[in-house]
Amino acid sequence: MKFKFWGVRGSIATPGPSTVKYGGNTTCIEIKTNNNDLIILDAGTGIHLLGQQLVDQIPVNAHIFMTHTHWDHIQGLPFFSPIFIPGNKVNIYGGLDPVTNEGIERALNTQLQYSYFPIRESELNAHVLHHTIKPGQTISVGSAEITPILLSHPVLNFGYRIDCDGQSIFFTGDYEPLFNIYERGDSRHDEYQLIVDDKLSEIILAMKDVDALIMDSSYTTEEYISKKGWGHGTYNFSIKHAALANAKKLIFTHHEPTRSDTQLEQIHQEIIKNHSELNCELIIAKEGSEYLLDD
Amino acid sequence: MPDIQHEDLISFVEKMPAFPRSVCRIVKLTSNINVSAQEIIQVIESDPVMTFKILKAINSGFYGLPKKTSSIQYATIHIGLNTIKNLALNIASMGVLNPNNKARFNTDDYLLHSLTTASICRLLAERLNIAQDECSDFYIAGLLHDFGEIVFAEFYPENFKLALEKSTAKNIPLHVTELEFIGMTHSQVVQLLASEWGLAESLVNAINHHHNDDDQDNILNDCVFVANQISTKLHFGFIGDPIVEELPLHIQKRFGLSLDELIHSLGDLSILKTKALAFINGSVSSI
Repeated sequence: MKFKFWGVRGSIATPGPSTVKYGGNTTCIEIKTNNNDLIILDAGTGIHLLGQQLVDQIPVNAHIFMTHTHWDHIQGLPFFSPIFIPGNKVNIYGGLDPVTNEGIERALNTQLQYSYFPIRESELNAHVLHHTIKPGQTISVGSAEITPILLSHPVLNFGYRIDCDGQSIFFTGDYEPLFNIYERGDSRHDEYQLIVDDKLSEIILAMKDVDALIMDSSYTTEEYISKKGWGHGTYNFSIKHAALANAKKLIFTHHEPTRSDTQLEQIHQEIIKNHSELNCELIIAKEGSEYLLDD
Repeated sequence: MPDIQHEDLISFVEKMPAFPRSVCRIVKLTSNINVSAQEIIQVIESDPVMTFKILKAINSGFYGLPKKTSSIQYATIHIGLNTIKNLALNIASMGVLNPNNKARFNTDDYLLHSLTTASICRLLAERLNIAQDECSDFYIAGLLHDFGEIVFAEFYPENFKLALEKSTAKNIPLHVTELEFIGMTHSQVVQLLASEWGLAESLVNAINHHHNDDDQDNILNDCVFVANQISTKLHFGFIGDPIVEELPLHIQKRFGLSLDELIHSLGDLSILKTKALAFINGSVSSI
Protein backbone atom coordinates (compact mmCIF):
# COMPACT_ATOMS: atom_id res chain seq x y z
CA MET A 1 0.00 0.00 0.00
CA LYS A 2 1.23 3.50 -0.73
CA PHE A 3 -0.18 6.92 -0.04
CA LYS A 4 0.43 10.42 -1.28
CA PHE A 5 -0.51 13.85 0.04
CA TRP A 6 -2.29 16.14 -2.42
CA GLY A 7 -3.41 18.67 0.18
CA VAL A 8 -2.12 19.26 3.71
CA ARG A 9 -3.48 22.68 4.65
CA GLY A 10 -6.32 23.31 7.08
CA SER A 11 -9.30 25.64 6.79
CA ILE A 12 -8.48 27.48 3.57
CA ALA A 13 -6.16 27.05 0.61
CA THR A 14 -3.03 29.17 1.08
CA PRO A 15 -1.01 29.47 -2.13
CA GLY A 16 1.97 31.82 -1.97
CA PRO A 17 5.69 32.08 -1.50
CA SER A 18 5.60 31.16 2.21
CA THR A 19 3.83 27.83 1.61
CA VAL A 20 5.48 26.73 -1.61
CA LYS A 21 7.48 23.91 -0.02
CA TYR A 22 4.82 22.17 2.11
CA GLY A 23 1.91 23.25 -0.04
CA GLY A 24 -1.22 25.34 0.20
CA ASN A 25 -3.97 22.99 -0.94
CA THR A 26 -6.52 21.72 1.56
CA THR A 27 -6.87 18.11 2.65
CA CYS A 28 -6.66 15.24 0.18
CA ILE A 29 -4.78 11.95 0.53
CA GLU A 30 -4.51 9.31 -2.19
CA ILE A 31 -4.07 5.66 -1.22
CA LYS A 32 -3.21 2.96 -3.73
CA THR A 33 -3.34 -0.69 -2.75
CA ASN A 34 -0.88 -3.19 -4.20
CA ASN A 35 -3.68 -4.19 -6.61
CA ASN A 36 -4.08 -0.58 -7.69
CA ASP A 37 -7.41 0.06 -5.96
CA LEU A 38 -7.83 3.82 -5.59
CA ILE A 39 -8.96 5.21 -2.25
CA ILE A 40 -9.08 8.95 -1.62
CA LEU A 41 -9.43 10.51 1.80
CA ASP A 42 -11.22 13.86 1.61
CA ALA A 43 -11.81 16.16 -1.31
CA GLY A 44 -10.21 19.45 -0.35
CA THR A 45 -8.65 21.58 -3.08
CA GLY A 46 -5.80 19.07 -3.39
CA ILE A 47 -8.10 16.62 -5.17
CA HIS A 48 -8.06 18.90 -8.23
CA LEU A 49 -4.44 18.03 -8.99
CA LEU A 50 -5.07 14.36 -8.33
CA GLY A 51 -7.98 14.48 -10.76
CA GLN A 52 -5.74 16.00 -13.43
CA GLN A 53 -3.38 13.09 -13.10
CA LEU A 54 -6.20 10.55 -13.31
CA VAL A 55 -7.56 11.99 -16.55
CA ASP A 56 -5.00 9.89 -18.44
CA GLN A 57 -6.00 6.71 -16.62
CA ILE A 58 -9.62 6.20 -17.61
CA PRO A 59 -11.74 4.37 -16.72
CA VAL A 60 -11.23 5.57 -13.17
CA ASN A 61 -12.85 3.68 -10.31
CA ALA A 62 -12.37 5.94 -7.29
CA HIS A 63 -13.53 5.50 -3.71
CA ILE A 64 -13.62 8.83 -1.89
CA PHE A 65 -14.05 8.66 1.89
CA MET A 66 -15.10 11.96 3.39
CA THR A 67 -14.15 12.63 7.00
CA HIS A 68 -16.66 15.48 7.29
CA THR A 69 -18.32 18.16 5.24
CA HIS A 70 -16.55 21.38 6.20
CA TRP A 71 -15.57 23.35 3.11
CA ASP A 72 -11.86 22.61 3.26
CA HIS A 73 -12.61 18.88 2.95
CA ILE A 74 -15.20 18.98 0.14
CA GLN A 75 -14.39 22.05 -1.90
CA GLY A 76 -12.34 20.28 -4.52
CA LEU A 77 -15.05 17.76 -5.36
CA PRO A 78 -16.66 19.75 -8.21
CA PHE A 79 -13.16 20.16 -9.70
CA PHE A 80 -12.31 16.47 -9.61
CA SER A 81 -12.17 15.90 -13.36
CA PRO A 82 -13.04 12.17 -13.35
CA ILE A 83 -16.65 13.01 -12.38
CA PHE A 84 -17.18 14.58 -15.82
CA ILE A 85 -15.91 11.68 -17.91
CA PRO A 86 -18.24 8.90 -19.10
CA GLY A 87 -17.18 5.41 -18.07
CA ASN A 88 -15.67 6.54 -14.78
CA LYS A 89 -17.14 5.39 -11.51
CA VAL A 90 -16.83 7.55 -8.40
CA ASN A 91 -18.03 6.23 -5.04
CA ILE A 92 -18.39 8.81 -2.29
CA TYR A 93 -18.65 7.62 1.33
CA GLY A 94 -19.51 9.55 4.46
CA GLY A 95 -21.68 9.76 7.55
CA LEU A 96 -25.25 10.84 8.17
CA ASP A 97 -25.71 14.39 9.41
CA PRO A 98 -27.64 14.06 12.69
CA VAL A 99 -29.17 17.52 12.36
CA THR A 100 -30.45 17.34 8.80
CA ASN A 101 -30.66 13.54 8.56
CA GLU A 102 -29.05 13.81 5.15
CA GLY A 103 -26.27 11.59 3.86
CA ILE A 104 -22.99 12.43 2.18
CA GLU A 105 -24.75 13.20 -1.15
CA ARG A 106 -25.30 16.68 0.27
CA ALA A 107 -21.57 17.45 -0.01
CA LEU A 108 -21.77 17.32 -3.78
CA ASN A 109 -25.31 18.43 -4.56
CA THR A 110 -25.06 21.50 -2.32
CA GLN A 111 -22.08 22.68 -4.33
CA LEU A 112 -23.43 21.76 -7.74
CA GLN A 113 -26.18 24.33 -7.80
CA TYR A 114 -26.77 27.04 -10.34
CA SER A 115 -25.77 29.84 -7.95
CA TYR A 116 -22.44 28.29 -7.05
CA PHE A 117 -21.32 26.22 -10.02
CA PRO A 118 -22.12 26.07 -13.75
CA ILE A 119 -22.81 22.35 -13.84
CA ARG A 120 -25.59 20.54 -12.01
CA GLU A 121 -25.21 17.13 -10.46
CA SER A 122 -27.52 15.57 -13.03
CA GLU A 123 -25.14 16.73 -15.75
CA LEU A 124 -22.17 14.73 -14.45
CA ASN A 125 -21.13 12.07 -16.93
CA ALA A 126 -19.41 9.66 -14.58
CA HIS A 127 -21.37 7.16 -12.56
CA VAL A 128 -21.38 8.81 -9.13
CA LEU A 129 -22.60 6.73 -6.19
CA HIS A 130 -23.12 7.88 -2.61
CA HIS A 131 -22.79 5.62 0.40
CA THR A 132 -23.88 6.61 3.88
CA ILE A 133 -21.73 4.67 6.30
CA LYS A 134 -21.77 4.09 10.05
CA PRO A 135 -19.02 4.14 12.67
CA GLY A 136 -17.54 0.69 13.15
CA GLN A 137 -18.91 -0.55 9.82
CA THR A 138 -16.02 -1.89 7.74
CA ILE A 139 -16.15 -1.21 4.00
CA SER A 140 -14.16 -3.34 1.58
CA VAL A 141 -12.51 -1.77 -1.44
CA GLY A 142 -10.57 -4.43 -3.30
CA SER A 143 -8.10 -5.82 -0.79
CA ALA A 144 -8.49 -2.82 1.56
CA GLU A 145 -10.76 -2.60 4.55
CA ILE A 146 -11.79 0.85 5.71
CA THR A 147 -13.35 1.35 9.13
CA PRO A 148 -14.75 4.70 10.30
CA ILE A 149 -14.78 5.90 13.91
CA LEU A 150 -16.42 9.07 15.24
CA LEU A 151 -13.90 11.69 16.33
CA SER A 152 -14.60 14.96 18.05
CA HIS A 153 -15.03 18.02 15.81
CA PRO A 154 -17.76 20.70 15.59
CA VAL A 155 -19.47 18.63 12.91
CA LEU A 156 -19.82 14.88 12.59
CA ASN A 157 -16.31 13.71 11.69
CA PHE A 158 -15.00 10.25 10.87
CA GLY A 159 -11.48 9.08 11.39
CA TYR A 160 -10.65 6.18 9.07
CA ARG A 161 -8.48 3.15 9.64
CA ILE A 162 -7.37 1.50 6.42
CA ASP A 163 -6.01 -2.04 6.61
CA CYS A 164 -4.60 -3.49 3.44
CA ASP A 165 -1.85 -5.76 2.19
CA GLY A 166 -0.63 -6.31 5.76
CA GLN A 167 -0.23 -2.58 6.44
CA SER A 168 -2.39 0.02 8.06
CA ILE A 169 -3.05 3.75 8.02
CA PHE A 170 -5.20 5.85 10.32
CA PHE A 171 -6.34 9.33 9.30
CA THR A 172 -8.16 11.52 11.79
CA GLY A 173 -9.71 14.09 9.50
CA ASP A 174 -10.23 17.06 11.80
CA TYR A 175 -10.00 16.08 15.42
CA GLU A 176 -9.70 17.80 18.77
CA PRO A 177 -9.19 15.33 21.60
CA LEU A 178 -11.99 15.50 24.16
CA PHE A 179 -11.58 17.45 27.36
CA ASN A 180 -13.66 17.63 30.50
CA ILE A 181 -16.16 20.49 30.28
CA TYR A 182 -16.62 20.52 34.06
CA GLU A 183 -14.12 22.00 36.50
CA ARG A 184 -12.54 19.71 39.06
CA GLY A 185 -14.81 19.80 42.10
CA ASP A 186 -17.98 20.13 40.02
CA SER A 187 -20.38 17.29 40.91
CA ARG A 188 -20.43 16.14 37.29
CA HIS A 189 -16.66 16.26 36.68
CA ASP A 190 -15.86 12.65 37.55
CA GLU A 191 -18.83 11.23 35.68
CA TYR A 192 -17.86 13.19 32.57
CA GLN A 193 -14.20 12.20 32.89
CA LEU A 194 -15.10 8.51 32.84
CA ILE A 195 -16.87 8.95 29.51
CA VAL A 196 -13.96 11.00 28.11
CA ASP A 197 -11.47 8.30 29.18
CA ASP A 198 -13.59 5.55 27.63
CA LYS A 199 -13.78 7.43 24.34
CA LEU A 200 -9.99 7.96 24.27
CA SER A 201 -9.45 4.23 24.85
CA GLU A 202 -11.80 3.47 21.95
CA ILE A 203 -9.85 5.85 19.70
CA ILE A 204 -6.45 4.47 20.69
CA LEU A 205 -7.71 0.95 20.01
CA ALA A 206 -8.76 2.02 16.52
CA MET A 207 -5.29 3.49 15.93
CA LYS A 208 -3.43 0.58 17.51
CA ASP A 209 -0.13 -0.43 15.87
CA VAL A 210 -0.76 1.44 12.64
CA ASP A 211 2.11 1.86 10.21
CA ALA A 212 1.15 5.46 9.55
CA LEU A 213 -0.91 7.73 11.79
CA ILE A 214 -1.94 10.93 9.99
CA MET A 215 -3.29 13.46 12.48
CA ASP A 216 -4.78 16.92 12.57
CA SER A 217 -2.01 18.91 14.24
CA SER A 218 -3.11 22.45 13.58
CA TYR A 219 -1.67 24.18 16.60
CA THR A 220 1.23 24.40 18.95
CA THR A 221 0.41 23.90 22.62
CA GLU A 222 0.72 27.66 23.18
CA GLU A 223 -1.63 28.48 20.30
CA TYR A 224 -4.17 25.94 21.52
CA ILE A 225 -4.90 27.95 24.68
CA SER A 226 -6.89 30.46 22.64
CA LYS A 227 -8.26 27.88 20.17
CA LYS A 228 -9.66 25.33 22.61
CA GLY A 229 -13.01 24.03 21.40
CA TRP A 230 -12.36 24.95 17.75
CA GLY A 231 -12.11 21.30 16.83
CA HIS A 232 -8.42 20.83 16.05
CA GLY A 233 -5.46 19.16 17.67
CA THR A 234 -1.91 20.06 18.55
CA TYR A 235 1.47 18.53 17.78
CA ASN A 236 1.67 17.31 21.37
CA PHE A 237 -1.79 15.72 21.31
CA SER A 238 -0.74 13.84 18.18
CA ILE A 239 2.49 12.65 19.79
CA LYS A 240 0.54 11.40 22.81
CA HIS A 241 -1.85 9.46 20.59
CA ALA A 242 0.99 7.99 18.53
CA ALA A 243 2.79 6.82 21.66
CA LEU A 244 -0.33 5.26 23.17
CA ALA A 245 -1.25 3.58 19.89
CA ASN A 246 2.32 2.44 19.16
CA ALA A 247 2.22 3.98 15.68
CA LYS A 248 5.32 3.53 13.52
CA LYS A 249 5.04 6.84 11.66
CA LEU A 250 3.26 9.95 12.84
CA ILE A 251 2.46 12.47 10.14
CA PHE A 252 1.33 15.92 11.23
CA THR A 253 -1.15 17.52 8.86
CA HIS A 254 -3.92 20.13 8.54
CA HIS A 255 -1.35 22.89 8.87
CA GLU A 256 -2.71 26.11 10.27
CA PRO A 257 -3.29 28.42 7.28
CA THR A 258 -0.87 31.14 8.41
CA ARG A 259 1.91 28.64 9.13
CA SER A 260 4.88 29.26 6.82
CA ASP A 261 7.32 26.65 5.51
CA THR A 262 10.00 28.10 7.78
CA GLN A 263 7.79 27.81 10.85
CA LEU A 264 6.83 24.24 9.99
CA GLU A 265 10.49 23.30 9.77
CA GLN A 266 11.30 24.98 13.07
CA ILE A 267 8.44 23.17 14.76
CA HIS A 268 9.57 19.89 13.25
CA GLN A 269 13.13 20.33 14.55
CA GLU A 270 11.88 21.11 18.04
CA ILE A 271 9.54 18.14 18.12
CA ILE A 272 12.30 15.77 17.03
CA LYS A 273 14.65 17.25 19.66
CA ASN A 274 12.06 17.01 22.46
CA HIS A 275 10.85 13.52 21.67
CA SER A 276 13.98 11.60 20.84
CA GLU A 277 12.78 8.78 23.11
CA LEU A 278 9.74 8.16 20.93
CA ASN A 279 9.94 5.00 18.85
CA CYS A 280 8.07 6.58 16.00
CA GLU A 281 9.11 8.50 12.91
CA LEU A 282 7.83 12.09 13.08
CA ILE A 283 6.98 13.69 9.75
CA ILE A 284 5.44 16.98 8.62
CA ALA A 285 2.94 16.29 5.83
CA LYS A 286 4.03 17.82 2.57
CA GLU A 287 2.04 18.19 -0.61
CA GLY A 288 3.34 15.74 -3.22
CA SER A 289 5.18 13.51 -0.77
CA GLU A 290 4.54 9.81 -1.19
CA TYR A 291 5.08 6.91 1.20
CA LEU A 292 5.34 3.25 0.40
CA LEU A 293 4.43 0.96 3.26
CA ASP A 294 5.98 -2.46 2.98
CA ASP A 295 6.10 -5.58 5.12
CA MET B 1 -61.39 5.84 21.09
CA PRO B 2 -58.91 7.13 18.49
CA ASP B 3 -57.60 4.86 15.80
CA ILE B 4 -53.90 5.05 16.72
CA GLN B 5 -51.69 4.40 13.73
CA HIS B 6 -48.18 3.86 14.99
CA GLU B 7 -46.56 5.49 11.98
CA ASP B 8 -48.67 8.63 12.43
CA LEU B 9 -47.85 8.80 16.11
CA ILE B 10 -44.12 8.51 15.45
CA SER B 11 -44.28 11.12 12.76
CA PHE B 12 -46.28 13.45 15.07
CA VAL B 13 -43.75 13.15 17.86
CA GLU B 14 -40.87 13.78 15.47
CA LYS B 15 -42.39 17.18 14.72
CA MET B 16 -43.43 17.88 18.30
CA PRO B 17 -42.09 21.19 19.62
CA ALA B 18 -40.34 21.63 22.96
CA PHE B 19 -41.23 23.71 26.01
CA PRO B 20 -41.24 27.50 25.59
CA ARG B 21 -38.62 28.24 28.22
CA SER B 22 -36.01 25.85 26.86
CA VAL B 23 -36.68 26.88 23.25
CA CYS B 24 -36.11 30.48 24.26
CA ARG B 25 -32.91 29.59 26.14
CA ILE B 26 -31.53 27.49 23.29
CA VAL B 27 -32.15 30.23 20.73
CA LYS B 28 -30.41 32.72 22.99
CA LEU B 29 -27.50 30.47 23.94
CA THR B 30 -26.79 29.35 20.40
CA SER B 31 -26.42 32.92 19.24
CA ASN B 32 -23.44 33.24 21.57
CA ILE B 33 -20.29 31.88 19.94
CA ASN B 34 -18.73 31.31 23.36
CA VAL B 35 -21.64 29.40 24.89
CA SER B 36 -20.54 26.83 27.43
CA ALA B 37 -21.24 23.16 26.98
CA GLN B 38 -22.61 22.92 30.52
CA GLU B 39 -25.32 25.49 29.80
CA ILE B 40 -26.50 23.69 26.67
CA ILE B 41 -26.59 20.34 28.49
CA GLN B 42 -28.51 21.86 31.42
CA VAL B 43 -31.18 23.33 29.17
CA ILE B 44 -31.63 20.07 27.24
CA GLU B 45 -31.86 18.11 30.48
CA SER B 46 -34.59 20.48 31.67
CA ASP B 47 -36.87 19.63 28.77
CA PRO B 48 -38.39 16.16 28.29
CA VAL B 49 -39.08 16.78 24.60
CA MET B 50 -35.54 17.88 23.76
CA THR B 51 -34.05 15.10 25.85
CA PHE B 52 -36.22 12.43 24.23
CA LYS B 53 -35.39 13.64 20.73
CA ILE B 54 -31.67 13.91 21.35
CA LEU B 55 -31.61 10.42 22.83
CA LYS B 56 -33.39 9.31 19.67
CA ALA B 57 -30.65 10.86 17.51
CA ILE B 58 -27.70 9.54 19.51
CA ASN B 59 -29.12 6.00 19.80
CA SER B 60 -29.84 5.81 16.09
CA GLY B 61 -28.07 2.92 14.39
CA PHE B 62 -26.08 5.42 12.33
CA TYR B 63 -23.75 6.28 15.19
CA GLY B 64 -22.84 2.75 16.12
CA LEU B 65 -22.80 3.20 19.88
CA PRO B 66 -21.28 0.22 21.67
CA LYS B 67 -24.31 0.35 23.98
CA LYS B 68 -27.53 2.34 24.19
CA THR B 69 -27.32 5.45 26.30
CA SER B 70 -29.66 7.67 28.31
CA SER B 71 -26.97 10.26 28.96
CA ILE B 72 -26.96 13.67 27.27
CA GLN B 73 -23.35 14.04 28.42
CA TYR B 74 -22.42 10.85 26.61
CA ALA B 75 -24.24 12.21 23.57
CA THR B 76 -22.13 15.37 23.60
CA ILE B 77 -18.96 13.33 23.76
CA HIS B 78 -19.96 10.89 21.09
CA ILE B 79 -21.39 13.14 18.41
CA GLY B 80 -19.94 16.43 19.61
CA LEU B 81 -21.24 19.44 21.47
CA ASN B 82 -21.69 21.52 18.34
CA THR B 83 -23.85 18.82 16.78
CA ILE B 84 -25.93 18.53 19.97
CA LYS B 85 -26.23 22.32 20.00
CA ASN B 86 -27.48 22.30 16.42
CA LEU B 87 -29.85 19.43 17.12
CA ALA B 88 -31.32 21.43 19.99
CA LEU B 89 -31.59 24.48 17.74
CA ASN B 90 -33.30 22.35 15.12
CA ILE B 91 -35.84 21.20 17.72
CA ALA B 92 -36.25 24.82 18.85
CA SER B 93 -37.03 25.81 15.27
CA MET B 94 -40.14 23.59 15.38
CA GLY B 95 -41.84 26.17 17.60
CA VAL B 96 -43.03 25.81 21.18
CA LEU B 97 -45.54 23.58 22.89
CA ASN B 98 -48.90 25.28 23.13
CA PRO B 99 -49.69 25.81 26.84
CA ASN B 100 -53.38 26.11 25.94
CA ASN B 101 -53.83 22.64 24.52
CA LYS B 102 -57.33 21.29 23.93
CA ALA B 103 -56.89 18.72 26.68
CA ARG B 104 -56.57 21.59 29.18
CA PHE B 105 -53.48 19.79 30.41
CA ASN B 106 -51.29 22.23 32.28
CA THR B 107 -47.85 21.96 30.66
CA ASP B 108 -46.16 24.01 33.40
CA ASP B 109 -47.51 21.63 36.02
CA TYR B 110 -46.36 18.69 33.90
CA LEU B 111 -42.88 20.16 33.59
CA LEU B 112 -42.73 20.87 37.31
CA HIS B 113 -43.68 17.29 38.09
CA SER B 114 -41.14 15.92 35.58
CA LEU B 115 -38.27 18.12 36.79
CA THR B 116 -38.88 17.41 40.46
CA THR B 117 -39.31 13.68 39.86
CA ALA B 118 -36.01 13.74 37.96
CA SER B 119 -34.17 15.49 40.77
CA ILE B 120 -35.69 13.25 43.46
CA CYS B 121 -34.79 10.21 41.41
CA ARG B 122 -31.16 11.34 41.32
CA LEU B 123 -31.23 11.96 45.08
CA LEU B 124 -32.53 8.44 45.63
CA ALA B 125 -29.80 7.00 43.42
CA GLU B 126 -27.16 8.87 45.39
CA ARG B 127 -28.71 7.63 48.61
CA LEU B 128 -28.35 4.06 47.34
CA ASN B 129 -24.70 4.75 46.46
CA ILE B 130 -25.22 4.28 42.76
CA ALA B 131 -21.99 4.93 40.82
CA GLN B 132 -21.70 8.58 39.90
CA ASP B 133 -21.61 7.92 36.17
CA GLU B 134 -25.01 6.19 36.43
CA CYS B 135 -26.82 8.84 38.46
CA SER B 136 -27.65 10.91 35.38
CA ASP B 137 -29.52 7.89 33.95
CA PHE B 138 -31.75 8.04 37.03
CA TYR B 139 -32.36 11.75 36.50
CA ILE B 140 -33.29 11.22 32.83
CA ALA B 141 -35.62 8.32 33.64
CA GLY B 142 -37.39 10.54 36.18
CA LEU B 143 -37.56 13.38 33.68
CA LEU B 144 -39.13 11.20 30.97
CA HIS B 145 -41.36 8.91 33.04
CA ASP B 146 -44.56 10.77 32.06
CA PHE B 147 -43.47 11.75 28.53
CA GLY B 148 -46.47 9.86 27.17
CA GLU B 149 -48.85 12.33 28.82
CA ILE B 150 -47.52 15.31 26.92
CA VAL B 151 -47.77 13.23 23.75
CA PHE B 152 -51.43 12.49 24.50
CA ALA B 153 -52.14 16.15 25.33
CA GLU B 154 -50.73 17.17 21.97
CA PHE B 155 -52.11 14.52 19.70
CA TYR B 156 -55.22 13.04 21.31
CA PRO B 157 -56.38 16.04 23.35
CA GLU B 158 -60.10 15.29 23.34
CA ASN B 159 -59.68 11.71 24.51
CA PHE B 160 -56.96 12.64 26.97
CA LYS B 161 -59.20 15.33 28.42
CA LEU B 162 -61.89 12.71 29.09
CA ALA B 163 -59.30 10.44 30.71
CA LEU B 164 -58.03 13.28 32.92
CA GLU B 165 -61.53 14.32 33.97
CA LYS B 166 -62.65 10.83 34.88
CA SER B 167 -59.41 10.06 36.72
CA THR B 168 -59.81 13.19 38.86
CA ALA B 169 -63.58 12.90 39.38
CA LYS B 170 -63.56 9.22 40.32
CA ASN B 171 -60.13 9.21 41.98
CA ILE B 172 -58.88 6.36 39.83
CA PRO B 173 -55.43 6.00 38.28
CA LEU B 174 -54.94 7.91 35.06
CA HIS B 175 -53.48 4.92 33.22
CA VAL B 176 -56.79 3.12 33.78
CA THR B 177 -58.85 5.90 32.23
CA GLU B 178 -56.32 6.32 29.42
CA LEU B 179 -56.96 2.70 28.46
CA GLU B 180 -60.67 3.40 28.45
CA PHE B 181 -60.56 6.57 26.33
CA ILE B 182 -57.38 6.23 24.27
CA GLY B 183 -56.75 2.51 24.26
CA MET B 184 -53.18 2.92 25.38
CA THR B 185 -51.47 4.15 28.54
CA HIS B 186 -48.93 6.96 28.66
CA SER B 187 -46.29 4.36 29.54
CA GLN B 188 -47.19 2.22 26.56
CA VAL B 189 -46.91 5.14 24.16
CA VAL B 190 -43.35 5.79 25.35
CA GLN B 191 -42.53 2.12 24.97
CA LEU B 192 -43.76 2.25 21.39
CA LEU B 193 -41.73 5.35 20.54
CA ALA B 194 -38.67 4.12 22.39
CA SER B 195 -38.62 0.76 20.68
CA GLU B 196 -39.02 2.44 17.29
CA TRP B 197 -36.16 4.80 18.08
CA GLY B 198 -33.93 2.28 19.81
CA LEU B 199 -33.66 3.92 23.22
CA ALA B 200 -31.98 2.14 26.14
CA GLU B 201 -33.96 -0.82 27.41
CA SER B 202 -33.34 0.11 31.05
CA LEU B 203 -34.87 3.55 30.48
CA VAL B 204 -37.91 2.15 28.69
CA ASN B 205 -38.36 -0.49 31.37
CA ALA B 206 -38.29 2.11 34.15
CA ILE B 207 -40.82 4.32 32.36
CA ASN B 208 -43.00 1.31 31.71
CA HIS B 209 -43.06 0.32 35.36
CA HIS B 210 -43.45 3.68 37.04
CA HIS B 211 -47.02 2.77 38.06
CA ASN B 212 -46.49 -0.92 38.45
CA ASP B 213 -43.13 -1.74 39.95
CA ASP B 214 -43.22 -5.50 40.23
CA ASP B 215 -39.58 -6.19 39.42
CA GLN B 216 -37.93 -7.06 42.72
CA ASP B 217 -34.44 -6.50 41.50
CA ASN B 218 -34.32 -3.27 39.54
CA ILE B 219 -33.00 -0.22 41.34
CA LEU B 220 -33.74 2.21 38.48
CA ASN B 221 -37.38 1.09 38.30
CA ASP B 222 -37.70 1.39 42.08
CA CYS B 223 -36.25 4.90 42.17
CA VAL B 224 -38.48 6.18 39.36
CA PHE B 225 -41.52 4.66 41.05
CA VAL B 226 -40.65 6.22 44.42
CA ALA B 227 -39.66 9.61 42.98
CA ASN B 228 -42.98 9.78 41.13
CA GLN B 229 -44.90 9.00 44.32
CA ILE B 230 -42.96 11.59 46.32
CA SER B 231 -43.45 14.32 43.72
CA THR B 232 -47.16 13.49 43.49
CA LYS B 233 -47.61 13.32 47.27
CA LEU B 234 -45.87 16.68 47.76
CA HIS B 235 -48.02 18.23 45.00
CA PHE B 236 -45.01 19.22 42.93
CA GLY B 237 -47.05 19.96 39.82
CA PHE B 238 -50.04 17.93 38.82
CA ILE B 239 -50.08 15.47 35.98
CA GLY B 240 -53.67 14.39 36.16
CA ASP B 241 -53.03 11.35 38.30
CA PRO B 242 -54.33 11.92 41.84
CA ILE B 243 -53.33 8.54 43.24
CA VAL B 244 -50.32 8.16 45.53
CA GLU B 245 -49.50 4.51 45.72
CA GLU B 246 -47.97 2.82 48.73
CA LEU B 247 -44.49 1.48 48.29
CA PRO B 248 -44.41 -2.24 47.52
CA LEU B 249 -42.66 -4.25 50.21
CA HIS B 250 -39.53 -4.86 48.17
CA ILE B 251 -39.03 -1.11 47.78
CA GLN B 252 -39.65 -0.42 51.46
CA LYS B 253 -37.06 -3.08 52.14
CA ARG B 254 -34.58 -1.50 49.72
CA PHE B 255 -34.78 1.90 51.39
CA GLY B 256 -35.56 0.50 54.84
CA LEU B 257 -38.34 3.08 55.14
CA SER B 258 -41.98 3.71 54.32
CA LEU B 259 -42.91 6.45 51.84
CA ASP B 260 -43.53 9.04 54.57
CA GLU B 261 -40.34 8.13 56.40
CA LEU B 262 -38.39 8.35 53.18
CA ILE B 263 -39.81 11.80 52.38
CA HIS B 264 -38.93 12.96 55.86
CA SER B 265 -35.42 11.57 55.64
CA LEU B 266 -34.71 13.38 52.35
CA GLY B 267 -35.01 16.74 54.12
CA ASP B 268 -36.51 19.86 52.64
CA LEU B 269 -37.51 18.90 49.10
CA SER B 270 -39.39 22.13 48.50
CA ILE B 271 -36.13 23.63 47.30
CA LEU B 272 -36.37 21.34 44.26
CA LYS B 273 -39.82 22.73 43.51
CA THR B 274 -38.61 26.30 43.96
CA LYS B 275 -35.69 25.74 41.58
CA ALA B 276 -37.86 24.04 38.97
CA LEU B 277 -40.46 26.79 39.15
CA ALA B 278 -37.79 29.44 38.78
CA PHE B 279 -36.61 27.72 35.60
CA ILE B 280 -40.15 27.34 34.23
CA ASN B 281 -40.92 30.98 34.96
CA GLY B 282 -37.69 32.14 33.43
CA SER B 283 -36.13 33.71 36.49
CA VAL B 284 -33.13 31.33 36.33
CA SER B 285 -31.47 29.94 33.23
CA SER B 286 -31.20 26.34 34.43
CA ILE B 287 -32.25 24.12 37.29
